[in-house]
Amino acid sequence: MAEYKWPPMEQRKLMGKRIARLDGPMKSSGRAKYPSDMNQPGLLFAVLLTSPHAHAKVKSIDVAPAKAIKGVTAVRVISGPGTEIQWAGTEVAAVSAVTEEIARDAAKAIVVEYEVLTHLVKEENLAKVGPRAKAAGEQITGDPDKAFQDSEAKISGDYGIPVITHCCLEPHGSVVAWGNDKIDFWPSTQAVSTVGGDLAKLLELPATQVKVDCQYMGGGFGSKFPADRWGAEAARLSKESGGRPVKLFLDRATELTIAGVRPSHFAKIKVAGKKDGTMTGWQSESWASGGIGGGGMAPLPYVFTNIPNRRMNHTQVSLNAGPARAWRAPNHPQASFLTCSAISDFAAEIGMDPYDVFLKNLDLTLRADTYRKQLVKGAELIDWKKKFQLGSAKTGNIRRGLGIGIATWGGAGHASKCRLTIHPDGTVEVEIGSQDIGTATRTCITQVAAETLGLPMSAVKVKLGNNSYPPSGPSGGSTTIGGVSSSTRKAAVNALEKLLEKVAPGMGVPPDQLEANDSRIVAKGNPNKAMSWKQACQKMGPTAISEMGENEPRSAAREGLNTQGASGIQMAEVEVDMETGVVRIVEVVAVQDCGLVVNPRTAESQVAGALIMSVCSALMEERIMDQTTGRVLNADMEFYKLAGLPDVGKLTVHMDITKEHDSRGIIGLGEPCAIGGVAAIANAAANALGVRVPMVPLTPERVLAALANRRNA
Amino acid sequence: MSSSNEIPKDQLPKSAFSRRSLLQSAGVSGGVLSTGLLAEDAQAQGAVAVMSGEVEITLDINGKKRNVKVEPRVTLLDALRNRLDMTGAKRVCDRGTCGACTMIVSGKVVYGCSVLAVDAVGKPIQTIEGLAPEGQLHPISKAFVNHDAQQCGYCTPGFIMATKGFLDRNPAPTVEQIDKGLSGNLCRCGTYMGMKAAVLEAAKEIKNG
Repeated sequence: MAEYKWPPMEQRKLMGKRIARLDGPMKSSGRAKYPSDMNQPGLLFAVLLTSPHAHAKVKSIDVAPAKAIKGVTAVRVISGPGTEIQWAGTEVAAVSAVTEEIARDAAKAIVVEYEVLTHLVKEENLAKVGPRAKAAGEQITGDPDKAFQDSEAKISGDYGIPVITHCCLEPHGSVVAWGNDKIDFWPSTQAVSTVGGDLAKLLELPATQVKVDCQYMGGGFGSKFPADRWGAEAARLSKESGGRPVKLFLDRATELTIAGVRPSHFAKIKVAGKKDGTMTGWQSESWASGGIGGGGMAPLPYVFTNIPNRRMNHTQVSLNAGPARAWRAPNHPQASFLTCSAISDFAAEIGMDPYDVFLKNLDLTLRADTYRKQLVKGAELIDWKKKFQLGSAKTGNIRRGLGIGIATWGGAGHASKCRLTIHPDGTVEVEIGSQDIGTATRTCITQVAAETLGLPMSAVKVKLGNNSYPPSGPSGGSTTIGGVSSSTRKAAVNALEKLLEKVAPGMGVPPDQLEANDSRIVAKGNPNKAMSWKQACQKMGPTAISEMGENEPRSAAREGLNTQGASGIQMAEVEVDMETGVVRIVEVVAVQDCGLVVNPRTAESQVAGALIMSVCSALMEERIMDQTTGRVLNADMEFYKLAGLPDVGKLTVHMDITKEHDSRGIIGLGEPCAIGGVAAIANAAANALGVRVPMVPLTPERVLAALANRRNA
Repeated sequence: MSSSNEIPKDQLPKSAFSRRSLLQSAGVSGGVLSTGLLAEDAQAQGAVAVMSGEVEITLDINGKKRNVKVEPRVTLLDALRNRLDMTGAKRVCDRGTCGACTMIVSGKVVYGCSVLAVDAVGKPIQTIEGLAPEGQLHPISKAFVNHDAQQCGYCTPGFIMATKGFLDRNPAPTVEQIDKGLSGNLCRCGTYMGMKAAVLEAAKEIKNG
């Protein structure tokens, strides 16, 4: 039985090292070809016609004017007469033409008659949603009523976090060519190995006919798993245009309207406890919406799951608005924001430093020791104890404050298969049906393979982004790094074992007494008995060694290559202007564990990026709906605000790399680091202002309203 | 169709445009927003005649003359991406906000989505493809790699061209100047931390030749 476990931390030469991302030069030279860059010969351009109404029935649709336009190659009706539209932006028809401009003209020329129905697009005020609210049940643990009666202190607060969109820079879409016996599909995807099957299903074709390729993709964040209706329609337009390739990418307004959102979450929360900071009771009445399907309850109370007496009620609200998709750590940022805000308000109520209240209650979490160490580290990095002052004690027009957010995530590796081939000339290739969504997956796979074979990075060629390679899971749930590293490790160990069997007789050493090191095959404990990698590979004869490796989630933890359970804390310092209501980031600190870290440099980049996403969500990001028209008011990037360089302050990332965490194997990182930041920033603002701003993003308008409410109270 | 576009050095803005200054200085040129520089051109030329159908124009891209057929409404970005297979500049917001299509026209940093192709005739256009010969990396690109100033990479070419224009004007910037000078570009993955270090390093590299 082969030995797959990771080499000891101190012996690793490539894994754990700060290696530059391998596709960096392609990306930074503009030479990387993304799916939206695939200008195939004879390319046609497709444009969607979408519904201007949030709720309507299609009465009639006349595509003749579009078909009459010169240069139009095909027109398809997507939502025919009788179709009930449930959100504005729903695809109604699609057109392909020889130029994008003609396709736009043609889409505009289509005449659709709608029967407009009543819609609801806003859920902030639960009292106004009427029959669109659906109770999702009550959960009770312990005796919350008694806990609140007996408590020495309690708070009650309103909190809300709105719907935000993914706003991927490369919009959703694909280039697709439906030829005689196959479909070439270049989607911008997080799911290379499954998206072809998904398209085949939509088109009612055998999965074998869809060839997927996606070498680079411009951001997904959880929204780019399916082939999507627009992918299927692009394929059909191609077929109807004689198999010419068709490019259909959503325009920005449509991207922000229908290509996925993170559900909102609102709650009225009560916390009961003792004056020493111990929490004894929790009550939450929450509601959420992620579109027509409503929105489930975030995991409340978050992380502090063992508050002894709890009552949670939740209501789902169905809206006529673009549907939810997984958004980096589904429901966790909302849960962290709601929970950590309420805990911080409880601390303010009893006049305690929230840092001490978080520490005091860690026994209510499942990972008290880890969080304790992380909170201590974070406090040291942001200089918490020296800087912290109760909000009630602050004076002046410009005030600073500190806040904490906390996170938990699974992150075990997904099912993944990998094929590693050693050629007789000594070259090595790794084939894996995974994808690099900007997380340096390509680089990490190379590190693992090269480490295992004792070769430099440059000796290993990693091929991914194509569904002809062995299947690997979609990049969702922070499952990729664990999955692909483990399957690559196993394939490399298996291939190396075959190579060692070939060279062992000639070296006079049993294969299990040989190892690969520094581009050589060496007898263990006898460095003089060695041959170069190239010489060794010549011994295999003309046929390459090609071996598979598989990560099987059920047995992965037992093997020790990857596991789950990442913890992190984030702390923020902000500065508020009491006159203008402007909140500015001074610093955000992240302390994050994720087991064995394959590449600390790119891992830090991911965490720093997640901090910036948290700044966006805490200070500026919000999908704004208009109840009169039923449409998204800010479906553009001027008014759907993202942070720019001047907005993010100082970012400090501390990867919690220790022998203890390392020994757990690899754990995913993408989501856990994207959870706690909103809470940390919102709490820092509450501390600075001396009053809670109930809803993020903390716009000047909301900040000033909260200050005015306090004055009027 | 256009005369000389040289702007006296002392009239050049001190930093690259921001989203707000772009909007403030936006003029109407063929129905799309354009930068202040092009707005001045439009005023100088008077009203543009209404045309329809494709016209053949010659663009001066990275020192090479390229003929391309476009409708007058086609943006410079779409002419490059859809007709000339120059896909380094990306189309993201398509409304002069995000900077993913940043390029340099007549020495000035512009958003390719907010310039009409026909308005770029006779003006030297520099794109990411012209920054370094095939197989080589410009010092700015190299610095972005060194500091991991990219994740998905879709905003990267735009940021690199914005950095090029910024450093051309401001060869030894402070971090505060970098923040302001590159505030006309947006990244969704959140790579600003690496970017600041990369721009500082690139400035040093370029200065040392």
